[in-house]
This record gives sequence, C-alpha cells and structure tokens, in this order.
Amino acid sequence: MIRHALFAALAPVLLALPANAQPATPQPPPEQIVAGLSRDDVDITTSFDGSEIIIYGAIKRETQIPAGAPLDVIVTLEGPAQALTVRHKERRLGIWINTGRVSVGAAPSFYVVATTRPLHLILPTAEDQRHRISIPLAMRAFAGPMEVEDAVPYTEALIRLRRASDLYRQDDGAVRLAEQTLFRADVRLPANLVEGVYSTRIFLLRDGRVIDTFRAPIEVRKVGLERWLYRLALEQPFIYGIMSLAIAVAAGWGASAAFRLVKRP
Amino acid sequence: MQIYLPIAEVAVNALVLIGLGGIVGLMSGLFGVGGGFLITPLLFFIGIPPAIAVATGANQVVASSFSGVLAHVKRKSVDFRMGWVLLGGGLVGSSAGVLLFNMLSRLGQVDLVVQLCYVVFLGLIGAMMLQESLRALHRARRSGPIKPMRRHQHGWVHKWPLKMKFRASGLYISAIPVLLVGAAVGVLGAIMGVGGGFIMVPAMIYLLGMPTKVVIGTSLFQITFLSAYTTLMHAVSSNTVDVMLAVLLIVGGVTGAQIGTHLGARLRAEQLRILLALLVLGVCGKLALDLFLRPDELYSITPGILP
Repeated sequence: MIRHALFAALAPVLLALPANAQPATPQPPPEQIVAGLSRDDVDITTSFDGSEIIIYGAIKRETQIPAGAPLDVIVTLEGPAQALTVRHKERRLGIWINTGRVSVGAAPSFYVVATTRPLHLILPTAEDQRHRISIPLAMRAFAGPMEVEDAVPYTEALIRLRRASDLYRQDDGAVRLAEQTLFRADVRLPANLVEGVYSTRIFLLRDGRVIDTFRAPIEVRKVGLERWLYRLALEQPFIYGIMSLAIAVAAGWGASAAFRLVKRP
Repeated sequence: MQIYLPIAEVAVNALVLIGLGGIVGLMSGLFGVGGGFLITPLLFFIGIPPAIAVATGANQVVASSFSGVLAHVKRKSVDFRMGWVLLGGGLVGSSAGVLLFNMLSRLGQVDLVVQLCYVVFLGLIGAMMLQESLRALHRARRSGPIKPMRRHQHGWVHKWPLKMKFRASGLYISAIPVLLVGAAVGVLGAIMGVGGGFIMVPAMIYLLGMPTKVVIGTSLFQITFLSAYTTLMHAVSSNTVDVMLAVLLIVGGVTGAQIGTHLGARLRAEQLRILLALLVLGVCGKLALDLFLRPDELYSITPGILP
C-alpha cells in the first residue's frame, strides 16, 4: 500500500524525468509544421513586375486536436539586410535642412508578416522578442555614433516610409487556416526587389506560445540580360562605361540620320 | 509596360521614361542646354535612387547633345575652335569639381549645398536672361529690325594676352577667359550633376560676346564631351550608370532633340532666350519652395552608413 502511494506521488516527477535528463534528444513538439513553397527561386527578368509566392502547409500531429486553446500561424518573408541612415529635417535660418541622423546597421530590404488573426492578439511580447517577428523587432543593430537623444521617432519613420513604399507589410488575417490543419499564405513580392537570399519563416502558435517553427530560403536573382549588365557594370566598369557611351553616340547619330531622311524624301 | 532596371533595382514604366527623355531632348535641341538640370530632378521624382539618376542623366545628355551637335554641324553653327578651348577648361574644372564634391560629402550636407547651388545659379541666370531678352525684344519692336548684338565692345576681357582668332564666332579674344568659363562650368556641373549648358549658354553670350546662333551648337559640342567624361567617371568610380534606364531616356531624348533643333531654327533668338529664362526660373522656383516650405515628410532614408 505504502509503495503504491509513494509511486502515485512520484509519478508526475518520474514521467517528467526523461525530458530533463536527456536534453540532447528533445521530444518533438506535439504539433509540427510540414510546409512547402510554390517556388524556391524568383528570376528577375527585364519584364519583371513583382511576383507571388504561395507558402502552404499542414500541421502534423500524433494526437487529437487539443480542444480549447486557439491555434495560430504566422508566416514571415524577409529580404537581405542592408545598412541605411534615417535623416530628419528641421528648420534652420528659414530653410529646411537635414539635422539629425540615425544609422541602422541591418534593416531588411523587404519584410512581410502574415498572420491568421491580428498580430497583437496572438503574439505575446516575450515570444516576439525571442523570435523577432513583428516589424519593429525585425530591424536589428544600430550602428555608428548616436547623434540624437531619442532614436524612436527615426525607427518609426523608417517603418512608416517602408510601409508606404510597400516594402514592409503586416497582413493580419492573410494566412488562411482550415480545420486547424491546413494553412496557406499568398505573399506578393513588389517589383522593386533587391537581389539575394530571402528567408521564409513559419511559426505555429498554440495559446500564445510558439510550439514549432519552420524555415526555408528563397533565392531572388537577376537572369539573362539583367544579370549580364549587372555583372559587367560591377566587374568591368570601364568597358561598361564605354559601352554606355557608344550606345548614346550611336543613338544620337541614328536619330540625326533618320530625321535627315524624313526631311528629304 | 513595366521594365526592371538592372542597376537601379526598381521596375518603372518604360513609356514614362521615353516621355521624360523626349521632353528633355526637346529642351536640349531648342536651347542648347544638356537638360541635366531637368532630367535629374524628374528621375528622383519617379523613384530612381539619386546617385543613379545623376550618373544616368549624364549618359542621356551625351546622346541628346550629340544628336543636336550633328544637326548644328550641318547648319555650320558650331565654333569648333571655341568648343575645344572650352572643353580643355571644362575637363580640368570637372575633375576639380568631383574632388570638391567628395570633400563636401565627407563634411555632410552635400544635398543642401547642391540644392542651394541650383537655386542661386538658376535664379541669377534666369533673371539676367529674362531681363536682357525682354529689353532686346522691346527694342526690336520699337525700332523695327533687330539690331545686331554689341559684339565688338572692347571690355576688360579683350585686353588679356594669349589672343586667339575664333572665326566662326567672329571674335579675336584672349583664350584665358574662355578657359576660365569652361573650368567654372566644369566645377559647377560636377557638383550639381549636370552638363552645365544653362550656365554655359549665358556665359558665352554675355561674358564672351558670342553670337546666339553659334552659341547653341558650340555649347552642345562641349557638353557632349564633358558629359561623356562625367558618365565614364561615374561608371568607374561608383557603378551608378544604369544603361537600361539610359537607353529608354535616349530613345525619347534623341527624337526630342531633333524636333527641338528644327523648331529652334524657326524661332527668333530673343523668343528662345525668353523661353529658356522662364524655364530656368520655373525650376529655380520649384527648388526654392522645397527649401522654404515645410516638407510633407521630415524623415528620409539614405542607403549605407553616412560617415
């Protein structure tokens, strides 16, 4: 009797032990993301006018769908980081000139957060800070000397300007989740994309906790004529410059000759 | 019809670019200015990064001025000798201007200096030209036929040594003021990112006393070479020439320049100068408003970390 009682008392501890004793092989989360992308590369051609990527997937689970706690999915797509400077104008001696500036060491060139429900309802601050999901947290490292006392208006302005040019987006409700199992997000890429490796992240949240994540890269690159011109401009700038001038001179001469023909039929 | 620009890394409407090139080309052929002071702000406006707008603008100026020069050569309205001497001064001035520009950007506030330069020079030149050409038009209307320009007045410029004969201009003056005009235009052109025709044309008329008909062809001749030099400098030092963007601007530009040149042959010199003066004053007014009025957005983003 006594042994049974002791076992009953220790049971929760014993059951919890394996996870604590063997941290090297963590238990798989009860619910896992299985995801795919409609394409894992984007080619920038001369007629490139933006693109659309479908990020889709399913939630794999061994057990029944847990009842009660809500399930949410957050999808992010992030472009290569760039260093930039935000400047602020003030009126001095009657004219508006740039006075303050804040340098941002790495801000994504493109960033989209798509969610199943409004982001502030489903993502607690602690989880946001850990995974850097919301737009303000996606910007990292400030660089250079801080010339201003308060950098907040500058970062806010950066986000406002980038949102206005459609480079940063928060699409609440853009992820569709069916039967707590299948999800899909359509992410539109604008035409003013920068070349590089973009990263997709998918977060699975149950009751405000991130229970699984998934990552996949998307390569965005120039192809054909775009690629050739870009390489030439960077690797053989003198030849590229001469070529640009030759085109200009030939076009100038061509137009002149064409008009002479038109004038003298 | 969207087209992706490989160096600027933005997609823009090709027809808009051809149209912009056309307007600027028309100015170029009509007035003998390269049009850099128009194309560069217009490119900013449609979202091309400033450094690329300046460098590619120079490339487009090469095409439109070359096309204009050919038309003027046919009409024998280019003073080649004057052009070469001006160009000599211009290359020296342009190189010095690039150095000065780099120095200013290390000090910060280069944008402000450029903008102030635009307002001051465009304002001064526009007002001067407008006043002079209105007076000339008034005089012409009152006393019938147009009196020839007072070309042979002997001012301080004519007392300098190193005299050269510029037959096409009908001038026998020292090469020193010509070189100085070329150099000054080169410096300003490099700082302001333009060919400098809008400074060159009035300087030739009012400082050197050249006849208007020769001024335009000669100005275009020297602008062609000067902006070719600038384009090459930009391509090599900062990789900011976007050839795709340039081709679209050029297609519109060369067509516009031809139309402008033929149109210009039919208009009177005074009328041309009034039009150019009004255009210069218009751009000046727009830039001055930008400086004095509260901007809609006080913050701006610049790529890279500023020193």
